[in-house]
Amino acid sequence: MASMRKLLNDPEDVVRESLAGLAVAHGDILKVDLEQQIVVRADAPRQGKVALVSGGGAGHEPMHGGFVGLGMLDAACPGAVFTSPVPDQMLAATTAVDGGAGVVHIVKNYTGDVMNFKLAAEDAADEGIEVESVLIDDDVAVQDSLYTAGRRGVGATVLAEKLAGAAAERGDDVVAVAGIARRVNERARSFGIALSSCIPPAAGKPIFDLPEGEMEVGIGIHGEPGRRREPLGTAREIAAELVEAVISDLAPADGAEVLVFTNGMGGTPLLELYLLHGEIERELTERGLRPARRLVGPFITSLEMAGASLTVLELDDELAALWDAPVHTAALRWGT
Amino acid sequence: MSAVSVNAWMEAASAAIAADAERLTQLDSAIGDGDHGTNLTRGFRAVVEALAGSEEPAPGRRLILAGKTLVSKVGGASGPLWGMALRRAGRAVADAESLDGPALADALEAALAGVVELGSAEPGDKTMVDALTPATQALRAAVDAGQPLADAVAAATSAAEEGARSTVPLQARKGRASYLGERSIGHEDPGAASTVLIIAALGRALEE
Repeated sequence: MASMRKLLNDPEDVVRESLAGLAVAHGDILKVDLEQQIVVRADAPRQGKVALVSGGGAGHEPMHGGFVGLGMLDAACPGAVFTSPVPDQMLAATTAVDGGAGVVHIVKNYTGDVMNFKLAAEDAADEGIEVESVLIDDDVAVQDSLYTAGRRGVGATVLAEKLAGAAAERGDDVVAVAGIARRVNERARSFGIALSSCIPPAAGKPIFDLPEGEMEVGIGIHGEPGRRREPLGTAREIAAELVEAVISDLAPADGAEVLVFTNGMGGTPLLELYLLHGEIERELTERGLRPARRLVGPFITSLEMAGASLTVLELDDELAALWDAPVHTAALRWGT
Repeated sequence: MSAVSVNAWMEAASAAIAADAERLTQLDSAIGDGDHGTNLTRGFRAVVEALAGSEEPAPGRRLILAGKTLVSKVGGASGPLWGMALRRAGRAVADAESLDGPALADALEAALAGVVELGSAEPGDKTMVDALTPATQALRAAVDAGQPLADAVAAATSAAEEGARSTVPLQARKGRASYLGERSIGHEDPGAASTVLIIAALGRALEE
């Protein structure tokens, strides 16, 4: 273990101890129930407000715990690293934040997440809580067909949590809040590349070997290899490849206003990420699109993986206004 | 007439998975995210603990407890899938006094149906279904033919092994491995591999 270059005590305790640190760092925004392994907004439950709950494997920080707070999530339930949480956690989170107006579950499309959230939603219904589940599946690297588990939920998750969270804050009902999250998912697409693998703490070694000078193209967020391997290009070439993959699938209207989310996978410095973002905006503008909102940084990560993903959301006036609405979480904060 | 002890089955499965965790994790690293061995080890250890603390005599109810424990301890896809499998298996044998050949065949058929219902995988999708389906069929055929339970379980184990091997040339169509497309070809499915261990564990849980 000493040879693993990670700041931890025991790999088995990594998620719990990280949550304990999150609670200490952001006690004004959130509280952590270590017994149930859930992160809950400090002032939950908010009576009369629709509550948002998300969750998934740990290892993608700041998602989801870093998005708990005003204008975003009411609760997050992290599983083990890269492993879906269990229905008990999701149910505990749902009952902890239900303010009587219903709860929206934001579920990334992975087999385990979908199954566990399905069981949890059934349990919540048994307790009389109205649950709307929204599935996020924005990754164009996966062909949605009978031959796969469907597209993965990646960057659009962050945007859906922000925009639906703002809708809940302004008083929308549970169906409307879920509707905003679904609209985000329909109007957003993502694509990612990796320059290195990542090291899950329990395994202690990289998931795959990537020789120098090569990159994995079409990666997800669990350290799984991508769709193919290519020679590592320049930032300009990579930006063009990301934009082509996303825009050819999204097919936005000519001159559409878009939100551009350049996401770091965890191991890529902001120096490079901003450089890439500049190239992406140039490429988008050359294609006649109008970047109107931006998010740049590591927000949905894959441990220490080096690499980046691009998410483009075709905006409308309502989505832009919801993006600008106040948010106060550990990872995103403006307008407050 | 011989029967399967649920406690002994789960203990043998837990030991086999823990002993083979490294291999399962390697298989999962090739086409998944490299945690299958650790997750299942954690889950089956919890099952053994839960069963040890239970006074419940009926094997069906012990299977339900095992399934519930997996659902609430494992997460991922394997937790709900094996949890559903054992819960359905337990319900299928209800309050039967022992898990004899016909009861075990009923239990495995119900387990398979539960897995297919939750995961909607079909044979050939490169999943645990590719091992569990032939194992279930082999056990049922052997029991119907009046073979001793030990022989029936051995037949089920061989069928599961062959089923797991058959996943190597397949392209995954379910679960995380499906994201790899053609790159999933040439690897044994980790869920099928762990299913072999769990079926084989039946052979170490037989009592007279």
